[in-house]
Amino acid sequence: MSQARKDDSTLWLAGNEATALGAYEAGVKFASGYPGTPSTEILENLSRYDGVYTEWAPNEKVALEAAIGACFTGTRSLATMKHVGLNVAADPLFTASYTGVHGGLVIIVADDPSMHSSQNEQDSRQYARAAKLPMLEPSDPAEARNFLKTAFEISEKFDTPVLVRTCTRVAHVKGVAGPAQAPYTPEEEPDIYRDPAKLVMLPANARKRRVEVEKRQKDLAGYGESFSENNIEIGDSRIGIIAAGTSYLYAREAFPEASFLKLGFIYPLPEKTIREFASQVETLYIVEDLDPFLEEQIKAMGIPCHGKDVIPAIGELTTGTVRKAISGSHRESPFKEGVELPMRPPNMCAGCPHRGLFYNLARLKVFVSGDIGCYTLGYLPPLSAMDSCVCMGASVGVAHGMAKSLGEKGLGKSVAVLGDSTFVHTGLSGLINTVYNTSYATVIILDNRITAMTGHQANPASGSTIKGEPANAMDFETICRAVGVKHVRTINPHEIEEGYQVLKEEIERPEPSVVITRYPCVLIPEEKKRPKKPYMTVIDNCTGCTMCLRLGCPAISWVPVSPEQAVEMGKKEKQKGYALIDQDMCVGCGQCVELCKFEAISRKEEV
Amino acid sequence: MKEKGNIHFCGVGGQGILLASELCAYGLLAAGFDAKKSEVHGMAQRGGSVEAHLRYSKDKVYSPLIEEGTVDVMVGLEMMEPLRYLHLLGENSTVVVSRQQIPPPAVATGKTTYPLHCLDALRERGIKTIEVDALAIAREIGNIRTANVALTGAMSCLLPVEEEVFLEVIETRFPAKIQEVNREAFQKGREAFRLEEDK
Repeated sequence: MSQARKDDSTLWLAGNEATALGAYEAGVKFASGYPGTPSTEILENLSRYDGVYTEWAPNEKVALEAAIGACFTGTRSLATMKHVGLNVAADPLFTASYTGVHGGLVIIVADDPSMHSSQNEQDSRQYARAAKLPMLEPSDPAEARNFLKTAFEISEKFDTPVLVRTCTRVAHVKGVAGPAQAPYTPEEEPDIYRDPAKLVMLPANARKRRVEVEKRQKDLAGYGESFSENNIEIGDSRIGIIAAGTSYLYAREAFPEASFLKLGFIYPLPEKTIREFASQVETLYIVEDLDPFLEEQIKAMGIPCHGKDVIPAIGELTTGTVRKAISGSHRESPFKEGVELPMRPPNMCAGCPHRGLFYNLARLKVFVSGDIGCYTLGYLPPLSAMDSCVCMGASVGVAHGMAKSLGEKGLGKSVAVLGDSTFVHTGLSGLINTVYNTSYATVIILDNRITAMTGHQANPASGSTIKGEPANAMDFETICRAVGVKHVRTINPHEIEEGYQVLKEEIERPEPSVVITRYPCVLIPEEKKRPKKPYMTVIDNCTGCTMCLRLGCPAISWVPVSPEQAVEMGKKEKQKGYALIDQDMCVGCGQCVELCKFEAISRKEEV
Repeated sequence: MKEKGNIHFCGVGGQGILLASELCAYGLLAAGFDAKKSEVHGMAQRGGSVEAHLRYSKDKVYSPLIEEGTVDVMVGLEMMEPLRYLHLLGENSTVVVSRQQIPPPAVATGKTTYPLHCLDALRERGIKTIEVDALAIAREIGNIRTANVALTGAMSCLLPVEEEVFLEVIETRFPAKIQEVNREAFQKGREAFRLEEDK
């Protein structure tokens, strides 16, 4: 926790830190989630507060179910996830809407407009409407913190789970927030509270609860009318803007003089307040990123307004896009014409164990059904060894479907590739299907012992909890055999030739098989601390064949030389350069050593 | 640049952009400004281009993102990176840039060469560009990880915040072990900026 200024107690917090603080102050005692950018740091930060139980669940569905269970005992409970995670958790979400809560239950969903770190751009606000649940949307860290407290009050007052929607520009924005406060203490201790007619959702009970849900919707809409975070600011009455979240910030910045209805409570909508605001302005604009969520509902009220006819539906809004959309004028950069620069995409780290596997998959020319994680970078050149990537755990099912569809024609031509955390998340059920319905799809589990992409969160195979305490480490070999895979082999992905042989054998096998490539991520603390024995280029031996460059390792770069320089160096005149290893970056994984046929890569002490 | 401003940090994942922007933000907060900072986490950090937007004002800051053409100071931790964000720069922008070059994949694999004209490209457009050899300063001090703080020191000359305020931020917020090197890096960065500006 960070104090913003020396002379007062205000705080400087990232949205996710502020959200965690808000949850702590709201008296949350149970929180479960699955890592996913931009939501991850909420739970990480919350895990540092005393007296709050936090956990990483194998997936979002389990996280939400656990939070539902905790709230049934009267405990204020939280589930956190990114937008696509809410798809996984949608099943319990829709029925928890019927059961209601005992202690408060809040689900935070972090959207990622512009897909900074996501595979799609879905608008999670639609879930509020579909599941008939109230939703709050903060615009910055200070609000995120306050809204968490309000969300728990609403949850308990209206007997409902509450959704809080954030996005990348709330989660990963830092801002000033008020001083820390003492956490809320509930009046009752956690206990078993039996209420089967409310909690057992068999049809007879569910039909009764269904009526309650509709009644609650009306009550919530009424509550929204007097909700303190739905604010009308009347300025110039010619332009009226209704907005929530970061869209409000961009609109406010672009049109400081305009009139605003800033919504904090975005579902169900406060119709009276909206009508009152609309009647005070000449032209009404609904400024929102992604879907016309507010716009469609406001139009359904019979209120004329502009929305997606001018506001872009794709990508996150900015001050500039809102200004241009509404006024037609644009503060253009005098330097609009960019200069062409070499791209700088993200890359696997120097010494990343995944690299060796993807190098081999490229050699094997198989169709690689990929998945979500750092290893999705295997798609990029020079490895270029990924052919599809849909969602968490999809690789296994996709490869099975391809195998069944292609029959003998496809044998030896496709694999599924997914990480340890992704396998646990939803990959295992895919593998069960592969075995049960017998296909030859080979599943490769890239086991680097950690959920790396989101910043190294422990998972059920890591052997530790969110707090770093020891935990059971799931045994992949045993579980694969237990679901019926007869051929399970484990390799070290840094050993390229040996790995190639194993992969070739298993891929060609006409029955289910699993290859586990096991080596820890170079960025986990134990690996970082391990003394490094970097390799170096023996420049005299390098012929410039570029074999090692095919790995795409950031520690190896090409040094061009002129024909004269080549001769001067004692090389053939036609040699165009040599590969140079950056010893500060090299961690000594040795993948390139295996590829070099000219003994041009060696350890210092070996030269 | 007094009551409000927009600062853009850019570079390559792993160069310490978050720390540089954080040091800058704490200095502005200590001087009584409101501020918002937008960062990018996740996938982009794996050796890719990374940026942070920092906006400050005596009044409330709304948007966490800098609008096109309105950057006051751009801080480039890697030499070519400011050019990638040209659209954010305006006629009155100042670019404070490190001479450090990190070859992107296409350069590292010999498919293309490093765009050595990148600083000329800024100057040709009339953009005030101050070069600082931040890595050399960091090497001289004996800790190459302080290059980001050296460059922050350099750019701090353009902010309405006294040097003392930043030094106090380093003293109160950096781990004890690395306070001294970072203080030195910050001050050397400021000196380098002044020398370069006088040229």
